[in-house]
Amino acid sequence: MLEISNLSKTYPGGDEALKGVSTTISGNEIVAMIGPSGAGKSTFVRCINRLTEPTSGTVTLDDIDITSLSKKELRTARRDIGMVFQEYNLIERLTVMENVLSGRLGYVSNLAAFRRKFPEDDVRQARQTLDRVGLLKHESDRVDELSGGQRQRVGIARAILQNPKIILADEPTSSLDPETSGNVLNLLTEIAVDEDIPVLINIHELDLALEYADRLIGLNSGEVVFRGPPSDFDESVEGTIYRGEEPGRVTDPNGQDTDTTTQVSTNIEK
Amino acid sequence: MGGGLSEINSEDWHLHNRRTRILRFAALLITAVLLLVSWQALGVRYDYAISAPVYLSDLLGRMFPPNAGYTGEILGPLLETVHIAILGTILAILMALPVAFISAHNTTPNKITYVLGKFIISFSRSVNVIIWALFFVIVFGPGALAGVVSVAVRSIGFTAKLLSEAIEEIDFGQVEAIDATGAGPFLILIYSIVPQVKPAFVSIATYRWDINVRAASVLGLVGAGGIGVELQTSVNSYAWGSVLTIMLAILGVVIISELVSAYFRKKVS
Amino acid sequence: MTNSENNSVQPDGGTYSGVWSPPSIYYNKYTKWVIYSLIILFSIWSILDLQISLDRFITGLGAGSQLLSEMLPPAATSRQVDLIISGVIESFAMANVSTVVGILISIPVAFMASENLAPKPIYSFGRGVISISRAFHELVIAIIAVVALGFGPLAGVVALVFNTVGFYAKLLAEEIEDMDEGQVEAVRAAGASPTQVLIYGVIPQVIPRIVGLSVYRWDINIRKSTIVGIVGAGGIGITLLNAFNRYDYDFGITILLVIVAIVMIGESVSAFVRGRVS
Repeated sequence: MLEISNLSKTYPGGDEALKGVSTTISGNEIVAMIGPSGAGKSTFVRCINRLTEPTSGTVTLDDIDITSLSKKELRTARRDIGMVFQEYNLIERLTVMENVLSGRLGYVSNLAAFRRKFPEDDVRQARQTLDRVGLLKHESDRVDELSGGQRQRVGIARAILQNPKIILADEPTSSLDPETSGNVLNLLTEIAVDEDIPVLINIHELDLALEYADRLIGLNSGEVVFRGPPSDFDESVEGTIYRGEEPGRVTDPNGQDTDTTTQVSTNIEK
Repeated sequence: MGGGLSEINSEDWHLHNRRTRILRFAALLITAVLLLVSWQALGVRYDYAISAPVYLSDLLGRMFPPNAGYTGEILGPLLETVHIAILGTILAILMALPVAFISAHNTTPNKITYVLGKFIISFSRSVNVIIWALFFVIVFGPGALAGVVSVAVRSIGFTAKLLSEAIEEIDFGQVEAIDATGAGPFLILIYSIVPQVKPAFVSIATYRWDINVRAASVLGLVGAGGIGVELQTSVNSYAWGSVLTIMLAILGVVIISELVSAYFRKKVS
Repeated sequence: MTNSENNSVQPDGGTYSGVWSPPSIYYNKYTKWVIYSLIILFSIWSILDLQISLDRFITGLGAGSQLLSEMLPPAATSRQVDLIISGVIESFAMANVSTVVGILISIPVAFMASENLAPKPIYSFGRGVISISRAFHELVIAIIAVVALGFGPLAGVVALVFNTVGFYAKLLAEEIEDMDEGQVEAVRAAGASPTQVLIYGVIPQVIPRIVGLSVYRWDINIRKSTIVGIVGAGGIGITLLNAFNRYDYDFGITILLVIVAIVMIGESVSAFVRGRVS
């Protein structure tokens, strides 16, 4: 279970990217963090495993306070947090198999990793995972020979190999076309169920978020402005999150403000 | 609507705007002036300069045919030249790796190491390998040891500079991804940095190797080992056939070393 | 590089093979070990052959600190200062002249050595010229030039020109070979004569790089001009050699510092111009 309490990040230039964000993520739920560009979604996700150091607040994973760990302890803790990136961040010149196995780097000794001698169980799991994401026959291909969708699946396989307690996905579909994006999110959903771990996705494609998430966190200017399932999402919510409007008001096409508290919320389909 | 068309072409077309043309003209002028002044400063007599090609081809003529019998005598020094080049380059590469690392602004631990790295690079590169040889011959005595150290010290700066530039160009996202798996600094280096700089590394190493083979052939002129000594003595005794033999031998070594370099470069890209 | 024989995949998703080895650039792992062993053996042989031992090295360090103490502080009498000044001026002049002359000669050679412009026999000749002139260190050429032309800067200029041609023509030929054929074809299709094709199709593509390349080579020639004097080919090199041979180490370090200063100035100018051009 991931507990985030009052997480804040202020960059050296004075930019307050996060202003006290709190949430709890548990079970095998898919949580989508949505919001406009610059809302702080990426900062939030990166602060969880301290790729970006938070200024204040705590992040606790299964009773371990990640924010207070030393560099060395942090490495051990990061093994439990798998991460998938927008630009895949695979080692281009290495093969698919080497990239997937690199998920085990937190577990193997320096010498073994240097000689690329991973335990047989790890290799077996790597093959099994590759089969699951549909890339087993590409095991020996160099990553730069693959398409974007294939690369992201390798990235997901790498995260799975860590046997993590949670998977963080930082805009995993932004570089992909709509169909491939759907495939990737399907995959993440399956994994959440199969491995029984939660997945936190930072995503700006609203339609995908509404389709795949169990619940949403809406972020605007570093603050949480909405929490709830996709079924609670309507135009006023969209206004709150993306245009910083007051909660409960909606701007109709003529620019008039109307009070929607008595209106039935409608699902937006795009 | 009037006479619009006739006003459009009021200015002639030029390839560059006025400012660029003035700059280019100034640059050409400076170059021409510098050239003239330099030529005057050298104080070379024109008639002598004109006849230079004649004197050169005359000397070249006297070098033919090469003294084949001399080949046996120079095999030892030739081998020594190769030894110096190999050891010097390997030593330089080993020492250049950490220096390159601390001289790249994305991998250097702190500001002090960065400045130190840049200083080492600058210092090593500013002094020609022959001058290092002058120095090390005094320190280690004449012989190949001085040669090896000279080659190594000069090559560190060259290699580390290019290597640090390659390191600065890596995709840091890949480094972050490996960092996020919980890997320690050594494994982050091996898995995310090394694969990205490997092609550049091989290219830089072979480039420097090529230069060092040539440098090793002249170190003997200042007593730092290699075939330079034989070259000097042959010249001093006007044994032109032997001089040509030595030059052909050097050419042979260079050709072989370039083939080896090309092999490694091809393998890695 | 395939591991297909290792994938014992069961259709029901049963057991997978745990055997995997990383891909290698070598034909097989035996060639890899052979190559590594050869390198290590050769290195060991080199060390033994050159009689490099730890105590020689340590003795050297002692001699080194002794030498340093004799070199510092740097000193020069007024006559020595005059020598430095004239030597620097001569080296600088040599560098300028040899760069310009070298580039002028390189340009036709580069065209001859471009695969896309020159017919085969001329191409081979051009490449041959480049290879020969690149094979030798400038001091080797300088020695020959000194014998043919006598001591002095003419020999140095000849040596540097020779050295420049190999370097410059090679890089220029690569630029020419890399150029966009389409642009050249367009000019040719417009009915231009061969010379015009050269002027309007080829040259505009190459010119931007020529400036940067020229300054780069000038910088290199500045460095080289300071040492060709060691074999008597002019410049400050001979002053340095004499100082060291006479154990005049504090004068030697002065000359050395001046050389380093020149090199750094040349490098800054080069970096500045190359930055402005791009």
